Amino acid sequence: MTDLFTKFDDLIKTREDLLSTGVTDPFNLVMEKVLSPTVAICNGRETILLGTYNYMGMTFDPDVIQAGKDALDNFGSGTTGSRVLNGTYAGHKACEEALRDFYDMDGAMVFSTGYLANLGVISTLAGKDDYIILDIDSHASIYDGCAMGNANVIPFRHNDIEALEKRLKRLPEDAGKLVILEGVYSMLGDVAPLDKMVPLAKKYGAMVLVDEAHSMGFIGENGRGVCEAQGVIDDVDFIIGTFSKSVGTVGGFCVSNHPKFEILRLVSRPYVFTASLPPSVVATAATSIGKLKHAKAKRDHLWENSKRLHGGLKKLGFQLGTEDPQSAIIAVIMPDLEKGAAMWEALLNEGLYVNLARPPATPANMTLLRCSLCALHSDEQVGEILGMFERAGRATGCID
Amino acid sequence: MTDRADVKGRIFGLIDQFNKKGIEVSEETRFAQDLEWDSLTVLDFVAEVEDEFDILITMNQQAEIENVGQLVDAVAGMVK
Repeated sequence: MTDLFTKFDDLIKTREDLLSTGVTDPFNLVMEKVLSPTVAICNGRETILLGTYNYMGMTFDPDVIQAGKDALDNFGSGTTGSRVLNGTYAGHKACEEALRDFYDMDGAMVFSTGYLANLGVISTLAGKDDYIILDIDSHASIYDGCAMGNANVIPFRHNDIEALEKRLKRLPEDAGKLVILEGVYSMLGDVAPLDKMVPLAKKYGAMVLVDEAHSMGFIGENGRGVCEAQGVIDDVDFIIGTFSKSVGTVGGFCVSNHPKFEILRLVSRPYVFTASLPPSVVATAATSIGKLKHAKAKRDHLWENSKRLHGGLKKLGFQLGTEDPQSAIIAVIMPDLEKGAAMWEALLNEGLYVNLARPPATPANMTLLRCSLCALHSDEQVGEILGMFERAGRATGCID
Repeated sequence: MTDRADVKGRIFGLIDQFNKKGIEVSEETRFAQDLEWDSLTVLDFVAEVEDEFDILITMNQQAEIENVGQLVDAVAGMVK
């Protein structure tokens, strides 16, 4: 018998080598208690959270929590069914209405996760004879959607406008084409030049899908994302998003003005063949989305936090993923996995949680300490965070 | 008119630019195992090949191509 696990031997060894140095396992942390969107108890210690994607800090909003409790009382703990059978409750429709209102678009579909939203929309839209042109640094859910639909996939160099145009130019004129971009790329926290890329895609007759998972609620005048901030939202055919970041719960969605959008509900397998979100989840999501619409003061404060942390880390001598702050993600580039794990542990001991990201999730085999800020991080907390980075950086030799 | 020998010559020329380790290249040379190219190098190399011949090589096609000879065949087939 061939052991089907043999293919993971290299990974098992890398993990064992890392853990044998005595470092805390960075992929096995438990949040024992969560005190607020920015503070939890980990290993019995109060820890500032700087790696949660909880950008707008909605997880403990009293209105959001009340909406969830009411829905639990009135609709029960789960739907036990698909959206197309018994799994569409009033709350799911209200949530889609909240999305249509938030984005000012005609159509909205709620999926059970953001991953499923990409899978469900991409695999259904682009089939065997169609072409998908995507940024090489696209999220795993985008690649998986492409693979599931069996489309012809053509990647181009990250954020490279010329590389995109060269490929668009060579596509058969009458073929179906979908260009897939992200507003904010989650690994380095950099923003796409959508103002250049979206018009290009249109010029060559492609439809455009933009994943705004990491920008919703924060970037753009109304929090609609990078395509709003860069003035091209009206030319984007599909926006994909998630409830698991700024919205503060779980779930995914697609919004669109396409006149035939609704048919996706019948043909998208990841929409049809899975259970719908629990009533409490869609109730919290709808309430949160409604509040995000009017959260300009929080957006402003989050920008302040991002600028201050970026500037502070740069001044301390850390190498960062972007030259200037472009989003609520700030990636600190580590020389290698071992040093990255040591720094991650030193920060945890200081009382700070960040994400350790490593290949293959990262571009160019980088090891990153990824920080995601929250609108509810206080000025005082950002100051504390910088102090922790300074001490941990010196202790591990990451900075002089 | 582009024949296989011409395609082969041009592809070997392109490989040269990325062959930082100076590994000897034949039609049997494999990109991942022998040239030890990572995914970013592969992306840049494929882009060069695409530009050189004004073609598109999809990820699906790339998955079928393991060695240099297979790439020459695939490209020769596309530029005919």
